[in-house]
Amino acid sequence: MATSTFERLDLDCGVTLAPVEVAYETYGTLNADKSNAILVLHAFSGDAHAAGEGGWWSSMIGSGKGFDTDQHFVICSNILGGCRGTTGPSSINPETGEPWAMSFPVVTVADMVRLQKMLIDSLGIKKLLAVAGGSMGGMQALEWAVAYPENVGAALPIATTARHSAQQIAFNEVGRQAIMADPDWNGGNYYGRKPPARGLSVARMVGHITYMSDASMREKFGRRLRAPDQFEVESYLQYRGSTFVDRFDANSYLYITRAMDSFDLTQRDTLAALFEKIRTRFLVISFTSDWLYPSYQSLEVVSALRSRNCDVAYCNLASDYGHDAFLVEVKEQAELVRGFLASTLRGVEQHA
Amino acid sequence: MLDVFGRRDYAIISELVEPGTRVLDLGCGEGELLAWLRDHKNVDGRGVELTGASVQKAIARGVSVYQGDLESGLDDYPDQAFDYVILSQTLQETRDPLRVLKGMLRIGRRGIVAFPNFAHWRVRVAHLMTGRAPQTELFPYDWYNSPNIHFLTVLDFEALLGKQNWRVERRIFLAGNREVTLLPNLMSEVAVFLFSGG
Repeated sequence: MATSTFERLDLDCGVTLAPVEVAYETYGTLNADKSNAILVLHAFSGDAHAAGEGGWWSSMIGSGKGFDTDQHFVICSNILGGCRGTTGPSSINPETGEPWAMSFPVVTVADMVRLQKMLIDSLGIKKLLAVAGGSMGGMQALEWAVAYPENVGAALPIATTARHSAQQIAFNEVGRQAIMADPDWNGGNYYGRKPPARGLSVARMVGHITYMSDASMREKFGRRLRAPDQFEVESYLQYRGSTFVDRFDANSYLYITRAMDSFDLTQRDTLAALFEKIRTRFLVISFTSDWLYPSYQSLEVVSALRSRNCDVAYCNLASDYGHDAFLVEVKEQAELVRGFLASTLRGVEQHA
Repeated sequence: MLDVFGRRDYAIISELVEPGTRVLDLGCGEGELLAWLRDHKNVDGRGVELTGASVQKAIARGVSVYQGDLESGLDDYPDQAFDYVILSQTLQETRDPLRVLKGMLRIGRRGIVAFPNFAHWRVRVAHLMTGRAPQTELFPYDWYNSPNIHFLTVLDFEALLGKQNWRVERRIFLAGNREVTLLPNLMSEVAVFLFSGG
């Protein structure tokens, strides 16, 4: 993992973060004219470690995989507000020498993308071959296409939306309330002390329910018992919750879910208007059993792109895995991505 | 001449399409025609297809296909977005064929339609001799499992084009792999029309 430090980042809320650090990893080799770079954008709880051992999208990124590192240079950075190397609420505020905690400024998806753009510029890359991500990563991909249309050859927003729905906000709010109801949260001032492990763990348990589907839970757990008084599904959720506490910061949870909830491209203009001058190619993917980011949200984006006669491919992949499908349903997704990237590359070479 | 996929109508359509144009293929299946037009005629192609497995194969082939219903799916496109809108062997399966045809000419400068001719002599003979819904090589289905919900003939289609004041630019009639010139309403199994708005 590498870290880049930038002098300042002006945020949507009006505050300037100075300095700001961004943690990132790269895979593959950047070619001579720097035209083979793909920025992969992680979802809510991901980090810069996208590929290789333990990488959150290691099934999709690598030699011969969907994002083929023999051909492409893949970059993934931890998001602003995160807790895995990029500046966030657990970072030290240079003015006080203490962790920011809840005094960290409010960040948006657009802020995250602005920081990624600075990173890409610093790597000398003028135009990304593609930006790609699922869930909140997909929101960033959409934001990239709208904010920097000249710098994005292709966008792959997967299992995502142009704006969070009431249901999505509602689940995030349950998570936030669980964290803040934990006495150990202490108004966000828990660094160097006992973190709000119970609250954060409950928040994560709720999250995991929303990432699965009725069918996938039935198949994975059914009514099987782990112990005489404990269902398998209870044990699974508790395990997921408790391991999450070891790698995630509760205040980051609050800030990042806020950023997701406030994301609404249509606040700026209609999607059709935002896409008016876009030359970026799109591959939009949704999954049939994803009830957290239902296909109608992808179709809203696709419909607007088609109304502008943009080059867009859309597929509603059949899967029982719910929202998790974009991390799990690899074979079909990889085939789509590979074919789409190959034709994108052909287009780039034709115009070169 | 394109003569792959065993689809003679594709071969004809691939000839009709001018190089370097924008093409929308409705019911594009696995995107074979669009991929061929892209590779050989530098065509900027898009597709619409309902079947998920076909959409996957088309996108994997690098063709930009939208998974959706072609009857409602046309509404999103802006006026005159394409040079050609292709509907091959699907018109007879649509619920509202006239709406589809009008939509094609709204979003495209020209339409290309290929359809099986229900007045082919084999169909007539089968109907006459068996007294049942005709089954032929071209219409192999039983009445209860046929995707075809409208049965039209060459004359029917020409009459509709006339009524709409649409102009026929090319018409090609096929029987098997041969082109038919004589008595097309009786002799052709498949008809291909290139037409434009009035």
